Amino acid sequence: MKNIISNINKAFDHRIRLGIMSVLMVNDFADFKTLKELLGVTDGNLASHAKALEKDDYILVEKSFIGRKPNTRYSATKKGREAFQKHVDAIEKLLKQ
Amino acid sequence: MSTEDYLKDISEIKNMMNKSSRFFSLSGLSGILAGFYALIGAAIAYYVVSISGKDYLILDGVTFRWVLIDLGVVALLSIITAIWLSARKAKKNHEVLWNATSRRLIGAFLVPLVTGGIYILIKITSNHYGLTGSLMLIFYGLALVNASRYTIGNVQYLGYIEIVLGLICAMLPGYGFWFWVAGFGVMHIIYGSLIYFKEQ
Repeated sequence: MKNIISNINKAFDHRIRLGIMSVLMVNDFADFKTLKELLGVTDGNLASHAKALEKDDYILVEKSFIGRKPNTRYSATKKGREAFQKHVDAIEKLLKQ
Repeated sequence: MSTEDYLKDISEIKNMMNKSSRFFSLSGLSGILAGFYALIGAAIAYYVVSISGKDYLILDGVTFRWVLIDLGVVALLSIITAIWLSARKAKKNHEVLWNATSRRLIGAFLVPLVTGGIYILIKITSNHYGLTGSLMLIFYGLALVNASRYTIGNVQYLGYIEIVLGLICAMLPGYGFWFWVAGFGVMHIIYGSLIYFKEQ
């Protein structure tokens, strides 16, 4: 039991961060606007939660320009994928008990 | 955190994974209507050919041109209906019609379809139009199977049925018209109804 709980990741303990990771697990990448629409959150909210995940090296942020418009693209890192998978496995194990 | 919170988390993860990779607002009703357009279009084509006095088509005849226009109108009406009803459904679901998922869906759908369309046109201009019905069914089926990854309603099964119909049609020359009616008319109505009732 203790072992399982230690696999529950605090970084994913928030609906928006959980949502960002879920999207990035099944998509190679997602841009800021797409994530915003999917999660139904404000710019600032998304940016701060994405920042937190970036700090943990769970997601990769690429900034570029499409024409003159700035575009921010997110993708999950290998570390992020593994951590998220572990987190989901831990939750599922907890629920089975 | 309680069990309930974890359950909520899991359902949120599933929801986000689905929502971000599949287009949900595909309308069953538009499938039903496309089926009816196809049946009406086929009836008109049947009538046009029968009043021409011949039971076959001559490529540069007026009749053939009418049949082509008829086919074009059916395709156009089906597309317009699909876009209109999907837009309506997307609005109801608070989903955006033109997003990353629907773009992927259209891309996956169009690659086999346009390839098939061009191939059929090439065959028609070189007078090999005997297999047009079969080829339309096969390429349309492939397009559906390819696009089904990005949408709901198990559209791949409709795709498999269209492919099988197309292949059988290729073995039975002369019955292309009836296979076309079955594949584009009847199957659309049946499948559209299935999706439609699932939506309710």
